[in-house]
Amino acid sequence: MTLNGWMQIGILFFVVLLTAIPLGAFMANVYAGKRNLLSPILYPIERSVYALAGVEPGREQGWRSYAMAMLAFNAAGLTLLYTILRLQGYLPLNPQGFSGVAPDLAFNTAVSFVTNTNWQAYGGETTMSHFSQMAGLTVQNFLSAATGLALAMALVRGFSRSRATTVGNFWVDMTRSVLYILLPLAFVTAVALIALGTPQTLQASVDATTLEGAKQTIALGPVASQVAIKQLGTNGGGFFNSNAAHPFENPSELTNFIQIWQMLVIAVAVVFVFGRLVGDRRQAWAIIAVIGILLITGVAVTYAAEAAGTPLLKSVGINLADGNMEGKEVRFGLALSALFAAVTTGLSCGAVNAMHASFTPLGGLVPMFLIQLGEILPGGVGSGLYGILIMAIIAVFVAGLMVGRTPEYLGKKIEAREVKMAMLAVLILPTAILGFSAIAVVIPEGLAGILNPGPHGLSEVLYAYSSATGNNGSAFAGLSANTPWYNTTLGFAMLLGRFAYIVPMLAIAGSLAAKTRVEASSGTFPTHGPLFIGLLTGVILILGGLQYFPALALGPIAEQVLMLAGKTF
Amino acid sequence: MSHLRPALVLVVLFTIVTGLAYPLAVTGIGQSLFPAEANGSLVTVNGRVVGSDLIGQNFTSDRYLWPRPSATTAPDPQDPSKAIDAPYNAAASGGSNLGPTSQKLAERLTASAEGWRAAKMPQPIPGDAITTSGSGLDPDVSPAYALAQVPRIAAARDVPEAAVRHVIDRLVEGRTFGFLGEPRVNVLKANQALDEIGP
Repeated sequence: MTLNGWMQIGILFFVVLLTAIPLGAFMANVYAGKRNLLSPILYPIERSVYALAGVEPGREQGWRSYAMAMLAFNAAGLTLLYTILRLQGYLPLNPQGFSGVAPDLAFNTAVSFVTNTNWQAYGGETTMSHFSQMAGLTVQNFLSAATGLALAMALVRGFSRSRATTVGNFWVDMTRSVLYILLPLAFVTAVALIALGTPQTLQASVDATTLEGAKQTIALGPVASQVAIKQLGTNGGGFFNSNAAHPFENPSELTNFIQIWQMLVIAVAVVFVFGRLVGDRRQAWAIIAVIGILLITGVAVTYAAEAAGTPLLKSVGINLADGNMEGKEVRFGLALSALFAAVTTGLSCGAVNAMHASFTPLGGLVPMFLIQLGEILPGGVGSGLYGILIMAIIAVFVAGLMVGRTPEYLGKKIEAREVKMAMLAVLILPTAILGFSAIAVVIPEGLAGILNPGPHGLSEVLYAYSSATGNNGSAFAGLSANTPWYNTTLGFAMLLGRFAYIVPMLAIAGSLAAKTRVEASSGTFPTHGPLFIGLLTGVILILGGLQYFPALALGPIAEQVLMLAGKTF
Repeated sequence: MSHLRPALVLVVLFTIVTGLAYPLAVTGIGQSLFPAEANGSLVTVNGRVVGSDLIGQNFTSDRYLWPRPSATTAPDPQDPSKAIDAPYNAAASGGSNLGPTSQKLAERLTASAEGWRAAKMPQPIPGDAITTSGSGLDPDVSPAYALAQVPRIAAARDVPEAAVRHVIDRLVEGRTFGFLGEPRVNVLKANQALDEIGP
């Protein structure tokens, strides 16, 4: 590790905080329907969208209706995307002449993009036409992110309202997310990425003859427009197979800086929106502190592990000061690769600028564990906030048990129903991750996909189901996941991780909204001080550790020990 | 059922806005404001495309600066269901994905390291010189790896080592704003410059 490496990391986090605060203020206005900077241009468009869709923006929904609207919208999106992928061969903008995507892969990909996972069992430049990339995948990059933002707003309203029967209008929240937040930011950053070298053309490829006379076919396409939203919407589905490691998706340290900023800024801003809407910004800072502590620890462990290298690299005579460069790009080096890895998994983004499969065991453990913690650091846009608020509910419940009082959070009494729903949501993740992984490592269809034998093979499978269930989308990409078994089971893991989590979360939103907001008294446990920060951090780590430590011990931890003993497989 | 109309209308509407209008507008702006970048930062010599500034290439001649090893593959012409090694295949990016305890990786690194020593290259081996990149298309090498190749290039071109070293030194790109990114040498740029010093 070097001072310069840490400086890059520190300055990035600082810039994110600095920009997320005003963005949060802007977003709070947008979701409240107040006039804002962009209203003169966008308000007429917003109104005509509602008119066309038959939406009455003033009519709010209860949590059940909100959930049904969200499910209907996602079902429609899923069907359309699946259809586009299957019919790709007959659709326009297909200069490479790709045929339709196979049914299992189309199912997996459609689910993947609708659930904001963006797991990719395909190589973009060898599978997808420009039409599929633009009108199929890019659209869901916007809509799945907008869905996450809308849902977070519903839960925040549950806390901020008193004796209310409604939590907002899904169509309005979703439309505003796209029009006022995602689209303008994506547009500006896409143009910036082009200026810095990311291609944006409808041409499919160009043939070059190298100085030595060899032929090279260079794949091109509308890359910048997709990269901009895949980062902003914490989607992570790359245009190219190697994602943000590809020099067209991520040409330089500047684009890398922009892309890490893009991943973080909305997710962090949503926390500030929460602080504003519940009327106590200290609550937001407490959450930011928890996220900061865990995320920076993750960056530090990965950075240290990658900088330490491996005994293998040392034994063949590689300069130890250069660390582990297998699977990494020279322009990013160790610090920016470690930072990207921790951020992309602390968030539910899943874009990668280095191959996690080739990380050292501990360096690879961190991204996997950050996903398993529930994608809350700071998580996907929107989904991260509702995830960490569910953890906060569990944390105040634990605190309540210790002192024997009914727990409260933000003036709402947390009672049996909320805790049951929170646990229901939290338990979906280990059930899907550990359940599917356990099956995959004992049946031939599952074992066939493994590239690296030994404990690393278990890590590949465990990472895949963690990534799918956590709606992350990054991979230990050695796993050959484009098979009917993996496409289907990972597809179901993504659906469970997204929707089986959302419905109990919305139930909490509904039940909280109906409660009276009570004033804090001397007996109230303050949820903005260091005690709560410590408690929430502890609950997140203990819950994650208890669920996944046994599996991690057999995968990356066993591999670390065996690696130090000089064993290979 | 009341959700059916908004669901369908909004999916179609946003497909048009975010799936067609947005990428096409970005394409229009990119093509008019930054045509070189938008089309892949292509490099032409005498009107012929020789590559892209951003995409690595597999130089193998002793006269040229070599890139890092690449793990990209291509379908086997004999049997398209199998993949064969095709370094710097810019139509199908990808890394080795071999883990730190992989026997395959150990064998590959050992063989490369032996080649390195056999060629009497300086020790220790720079970290990027025998490892593959994540994309398989890394356009850069570290300054240490580039400088290690100076004697070979100079001998093959029959020019003084100082002339080659001067080219490399000139093309080392430092960190942006002094702290961001890592120092590096773009292989294609270096090789174009080497062709200028002769023969």
